[in-house]
Amino acid sequence: MSDKHKKDDHDYETTGHSWDGIEEYNKPLPKWWLMIFYACIVWGVGYTIAYPAWPGVRTATAGLLGWSTRGNVEQAIQDHEAELAPINERLASAELTEIAGDPELNTYAQNAGAAVFRTWCAQCHGSGAAGAKGYPNLLDDDWLWGGTIEDIHYTVTAGIRNEDTDEEYIRQSAMPAFGRDDLLSGEEIDQVVNFVMTLSGEEPQDASLVEAGAEVYDINCASCHAEDGTGDRTQGAPNLTDAIWLYGGDYETLHETVYNARYGIMPPMGGADLSEAEIRAVATYVHGLGGGE
Amino acid sequence: MSILDKHGILEKNVTLLAIFAFLVVTIGGLVQIVPLFYLENTIEEVEGMRPYTPLELAGRDIYIREGCYVCHSQMIRPMRDEVERYGHYSLAAESQYDHPFQWGSKRTGPDLARVGGRYSDEWHVDHLRDPQSVVPESVMPKYGFLEAKLIEGEHIQDLMSTHRFVGVPYTDEMIENGFQDFLSQSNPDADYDGLLERYGEDVNVRNFDGQPGISELDALIAYLQMLGTLVDFSTFEPDASR
Repeated sequence: MSDKHKKDDHDYETTGHSWDGIEEYNKPLPKWWLMIFYACIVWGVGYTIAYPAWPGVRTATAGLLGWSTRGNVEQAIQDHEAELAPINERLASAELTEIAGDPELNTYAQNAGAAVFRTWCAQCHGSGAAGAKGYPNLLDDDWLWGGTIEDIHYTVTAGIRNEDTDEEYIRQSAMPAFGRDDLLSGEEIDQVVNFVMTLSGEEPQDASLVEAGAEVYDINCASCHAEDGTGDRTQGAPNLTDAIWLYGGDYETLHETVYNARYGIMPPMGGADLSEAEIRAVATYVHGLGGGE
Repeated sequence: MSILDKHGILEKNVTLLAIFAFLVVTIGGLVQIVPLFYLENTIEEVEGMRPYTPLELAGRDIYIREGCYVCHSQMIRPMRDEVERYGHYSLAAESQYDHPFQWGSKRTGPDLARVGGRYSDEWHVDHLRDPQSVVPESVMPKYGFLEAKLIEGEHIQDLMSTHRFVGVPYTDEMIENGFQDFLSQSNPDADYDGLLERYGEDVNVRNFDGQPGISELDALIAYLQMLGTLVDFSTFEPDASR
């Protein structure tokens, strides 16, 4: 303690407490500190008047400023939408095929689409769009239902094998479960699997069954997967000749596919989930990934 | 100074000090807690909320048992970025039949408050078996053992009664048919009209894991596929004063 403070001590009274002869000065708090303290109390009362706070009989006071968390988020969303409204309107009303040719629209759609993709699509198709077993790779030029911008736009909007829609809907098909439903005998399945392996140039597991398998294929499979095995996009029937497999091209996987069939679905993104502009953006993004037609 | 002198009595008597300190804390607590029980805007009434179906309730128990809440919240906060990513912000009413609620406090994984219907059942099966097979960067553990464990549902009615005891409005009819409803929700070939009558037309009736028998995976996916889908937000009008 400096001398200055020691001198001041004589100006103060003690609190009157005395323990073992030790007394305590009663020094007031600094004035600046007290002023801030009182100002905080006043501000606190004002705050409860300006913002929702005091509970009443049935509801709480709403506050003079009319602030609410809901109003807040509503406003934030509106502001953001208003900012993007002009370009979103242009995107939603443009011809789908012309988006890629319009530099401003294309840049916007690619970037917005990438954001939509990471939020809504990446969980199945992967953050890099390379897909996973059962979930198509969107980077290559092999498309199940078509790879034009219109096809992609429709797929994103309506989903794949969406059972909840009442509208006329064209992404609906189901491969028969040839084994489970006893449409083919075990022997025939074995044959046709071996034949299908040869379509993409694979070594069949048992070459002696291939010829018989071709016959089984012609009768049971060709109507959807085409006689030459190149598939049919109007039914989402995969091309079997390109060695690109959604579930796998080895004998066991193909056997499982023929026996139990596959029924991959994609949820529709239209309606409540994504706006038309967002759907167009993500369709443009996917179309631009490399495989777009 | 007289009242301050009296304060000296408290300061010098530890039992009295404890009693008065307790009183002060009690008043503070009451002021914060009591209004929540009678203020009408604590929980607004919204259309569509219903108690969990028996299978969903069983799935919810598995969700809690496996500690999903440790990494996944079920609470979309009212902020633009959350609303854009997850959907409409959560309403208090949406967890009114949760005992306990599953809001969580940490998001190692994404929020699940509106995960229902967002992915296919097959995706959930693939993802729970091996999360990295669909999301390579995920750190979620594998839950493949769920599909191997069949559940009988022998205690499902007791579970429902317990939930009714703590305030979930299960009717006698719901509890009486609890076991039947438990069986029929994952069996589209069964007679599930009663289930739909009791819990609404929108109840998902599917074989969720695609395999025979009711496994823990069935129950968990049934629960996940329902999350956040009960309130129809296309007709919901928020009361702006909240």
